[in-house]
Amino acid sequence: MSTLIVSPSPHIHSKDSTKSLMRDVVIALVPAIICSVIFYGWQELLVLGVSVASCVLLEWAITKYMLKQPSTVGDLSAVITGILLALNLPYTTPWWMVFIGAVVAIGVAKMTFGGIGQNIWNPALVGRVFLLVSFPTYMTSWSQPQGLFGVDAVSGPTPLGTIQEGLMQGSTVQELTASFNYKDLLFANLGGSAGEVCALALLAGFVYLCVRRVIKPWITLSIFATVALTSLIFWGIDPARFTDPLFNLLTGGLILGACFMATDYVTSPMSLWGGVIFGVGIGFLTMMIRYFGSYPEGVSFAILIMNSVVPLLNMWFKQKKFGRK
Amino acid sequence: MRKPTFSMGGVHPHDNKISRECAIQPLPLAPVVYISVAQHIGAPSVPCVAVGDKVKVGQVIAEPGGFVSAYIHSSVSGTVKSIGPRPDLAGRPSTHIEIAVEGDEWLEGIDTTDTLITTLPEDNKATVEKIKLGGVVGLGGATFPTHVKLSPPPGSKCERVIINGCECEPYLTSDFRTLLEKGEQVVVGAAILRKVMGDVPCTIAIEENKPEAIAHIKEVIAKLGYEGIEVMSMKMRYPQGGEKQLIDAVMHRQVGSGALPISVGAVVQNVATALAVYDAVQKNKPIVDNSVTVTGECFPKQANLLVRVGTPLRYIVDYLGGVPENAAKIISGGPMMGRAVANLDAATVKGTGALLFLTEEQTRRAPESNCIRCGKCADACPMGLEPFLLVRLSRAKDVEALEANAAQDCIECGCCLYSCPAHIQLLDSIRIGKGSVLGAIRARAAAAKAAAEAAKK
Repeated sequence: MSTLIVSPSPHIHSKDSTKSLMRDVVIALVPAIICSVIFYGWQELLVLGVSVASCVLLEWAITKYMLKQPSTVGDLSAVITGILLALNLPYTTPWWMVFIGAVVAIGVAKMTFGGIGQNIWNPALVGRVFLLVSFPTYMTSWSQPQGLFGVDAVSGPTPLGTIQEGLMQGSTVQELTASFNYKDLLFANLGGSAGEVCALALLAGFVYLCVRRVIKPWITLSIFATVALTSLIFWGIDPARFTDPLFNLLTGGLILGACFMATDYVTSPMSLWGGVIFGVGIGFLTMMIRYFGSYPEGVSFAILIMNSVVPLLNMWFKQKKFGRK
Repeated sequence: MRKPTFSMGGVHPHDNKISRECAIQPLPLAPVVYISVAQHIGAPSVPCVAVGDKVKVGQVIAEPGGFVSAYIHSSVSGTVKSIGPRPDLAGRPSTHIEIAVEGDEWLEGIDTTDTLITTLPEDNKATVEKIKLGGVVGLGGATFPTHVKLSPPPGSKCERVIINGCECEPYLTSDFRTLLEKGEQVVVGAAILRKVMGDVPCTIAIEENKPEAIAHIKEVIAKLGYEGIEVMSMKMRYPQGGEKQLIDAVMHRQVGSGALPISVGAVVQNVATALAVYDAVQKNKPIVDNSVTVTGECFPKQANLLVRVGTPLRYIVDYLGGVPENAAKIISGGPMMGRAVANLDAATVKGTGALLFLTEEQTRRAPESNCIRCGKCADACPMGLEPFLLVRLSRAKDVEALEANAAQDCIECGCCLYSCPAHIQLLDSIRIGKGSVLGAIRARAAAAKAAAEAAKK
């Protein structure tokens, strides 16, 4: 008999670890990755590769050389940041711009706050918004997907961008949306950043995460519900000026944001009702920016704004304690 | 229909009841037993025998040391060899009475036959006295003296007796085996308890992973024809067997912070306690033995043993073939709330329910990493607390904030630490915080009492 361990209870642990949870998120993103590579081809693969590699390398280098701490890249959270950043960028983004996005995401938004668990804002979104504000021309002129199987690429604005420009030129929403087929939106046939293009693949990943109990569906569902309800009201009032609910649910990375960015553990509230308020806030802000803002697309900003109030939501919405009023 | 369960938190560890087929076998007598005088909650008992005395099985060897205390009986016949400090399970010294075993002679008046006595005694007061004289304490883990629980303070009224047969801890099967093999006795014990509390209804709660036990107890109740006793099949979920959780599950009432179960009209007794009540009341037999599950994947021989109180752990282990090479941790109790054994020479107590052997791989704690704010600990907490917050406050020694966030309500079930993906040692720190809050509450109460007395003068 060797020496025995003596430590307090509990003496067993569930199989969950940070790494296993993050691995599940990566798995959930695989359908969207496959889908976007099929539709955008090797250029998308390059964006994904550069993004993931830079995020992981940066985190490794920062922990090792600047913080002089044990490396945390093994927990796979940098991989997720890399994938999400890539899915938020147009496939035409040059490699150096992707790298700058990664520096902002990992270096600024994540590691300066103390690494995993400590950041206030979703790192991938901070990286994306930094690029959007710094290189607006690159970030807003999307090309029609060319695809692995070779169709001619057509350069043009995204569906939401088309609407925004069209409205400024005096067209009505009906005229502008006539060219879109909702089936195309669902099956990824319209322009947009990679993650905006295949709703079904993203939703499949979301269902996987819920079934595996990695995330709870409330945040995502309340975002969808709020976007649908808000646009229903405005569209009901003036269908010539405001886009309809289905269009708003299917475009502009709403699904990517609601399923994968707003549900990030670190930057979302922990309690059920905190999560619902958080989701309602994101949905409402998204619609306000889309309808009244100067950017065609508002999901990223909406999530970042709501990220900022998470500490308050955690303080205000606590779960009921047992046997207490 | 959805099976009843408690309303918040909880986890689902694999139940690993690998010893469920092992019938309860009596363990041969050890040559020497060491009977602790502090094996219940409350004041230690006071030895009433002297070195050199001859004692018989069932003879009182220590008397209650206060209101909340219990009688302790010799579990063997033989000679008292010494009375003095001996290291317990954790290696801390406490007073033990050492008895060298000679034969197996029982005290006169104890019915050692298997005859089932189903007629309930008329006089409730006498029944409670018999339970007290039998040294009965809660055998579900807390070892609270049973006669105290059966004497509710004036003004409170019991509305339901709950017999806890959940056995929600993984690996443990002694209550399950007791239900199967001593079902009649348990049901009579339950009938006694509900009669003592004023003919209130009684629920025997058993988790759904023990269908044989549920069916058997239903049969027994029908056969014996007692009124007012029902079996409730519970959803499998840890910590269902926690007193507050079980009351919530069965009666949909939540016991308030710091309050006793009787405040919502509940009295909870474990299956093994119900059996001990039967023995004490119907057979005049005090607690001298109890069933112990000996188990673990790395342990070659699974067993449920009827062990005399005070048997050295090493004797039990050696009887079954010794400590396996790859065992890294021995636990007295279940893997969620049991205590790690630091000293195999310690002896069993009334509340010893299991000896569990875990390998290093099964019990290893991974190094802590950053909290990722996933909220799994708060989801798992059956008391609705926020472990992620309490651990920070505890490490900052902020007693005031700990109390405001109800650290004192923690039942130490371990669900938070079990479910934390970042492997943060939540419960370890919260225990320390809870201790300081309870200390502060006691100090306030003492100060208030002193002030009141000073005002009187």
